[in-house]
Amino acid sequence: MGILEDRLPDNILFTTVDKFLNWSKKNSLWYMLFATACCGIELMQTGASRYDLDRFGSVFRATPRQSDLMIVAGTITHKMADRVKRLYDQMPSPKYVIAMGSCANTGGPFYKDSYSVLKGVDKIIPVDVYVPGCPPKPEALIEGIIKLQQKIMQEKNLVKK
Amino acid sequence: MEPKGIYDILSKTFGSKIKQFLENTFPPTIIVESSAIVDVCKFLKNEEGLNFTSLMCLSGVDLKDQGKMAVVYHLFSITHRHKIALKVEVDRNEPHVPTVEGVWATANWYEREAYDLFGIIFDGHSDLRRILMPDDWEGYPMRKDYVYPKKYHTWDV
Repeated sequence: MGILEDRLPDNILFTTVDKFLNWSKKNSLWYMLFATACCGIELMQTGASRYDLDRFGSVFRATPRQSDLMIVAGTITHKMADRVKRLYDQMPSPKYVIAMGSCANTGGPFYKDSYSVLKGVDKIIPVDVYVPGCPPKPEALIEGIIKLQQKIMQEKNLVKK
Repeated sequence: MEPKGIYDILSKTFGSKIKQFLENTFPPTIIVESSAIVDVCKFLKNEEGLNFTSLMCLSGVDLKDQGKMAVVYHLFSITHRHKIALKVEVDRNEPHVPTVEGVWATANWYEREAYDLFGIIFDGHSDLRRILMPDDWEGYPMRKDYVYPKKYHTWDV
């Protein structure tokens, strides 16, 4: 690169389109302000000053229309399932989903003999990352977001057909 | 006022509509005929010296062995700081109880919950719909003989 760099003015860098687009996507994962049960408390704590999710470019938005990421924090009942689906449909693409906690993963403690709880949010919407725990600590949720960022970095935006 | 005193006032006013007084439950419970429940509640709320202004809780009970359904009203007087519970027992196959929505407005949601989970019909209620379960749910989940469905829409239950 030496010969080319010497001939260019300052502030010009070389990269690939994929890398640049993915880098900008992964560092602006705005998540929806949305929680259905006790995992919501840990989600709030993750966003608050001690764990400070803003460091990773994730801030909450109070509307699905401005969100890139849905963190399903808590138990989803059958009655809530339709609403979750509708919220997901209202988000603009590209959109991602993290299932946070045992309830959103599989139904958790309500897996057996519960008439009212949906057994895993992946029955209604596609899930990118599963974070285990009941509820997961903020560190675990942050790891989930970093995992999602790694996943986003592997995406292909321009593919020749 | 002591629960026994409240019971004495009620049985003096309503006579045979007041069936029984259970002293050892918490709070002490008065069993009332279902047809008289609205009048008894109005009396308890408005009578000077009783002033039960707060309906703290309204629960349904499935007394399957006795073939009955029951509704329990937990009352509290903020003015006089005394508590009492009322209980109404009705036939399990046709559980109809008059609504007390006109006495305490908060009964609206309590009665919807009792309807949703036990299937107790509150006659005269302004908006008797399910409140916790989805609108198209079948059956009443808190009943003792309830068997839940294998599937709801396309999802396994």
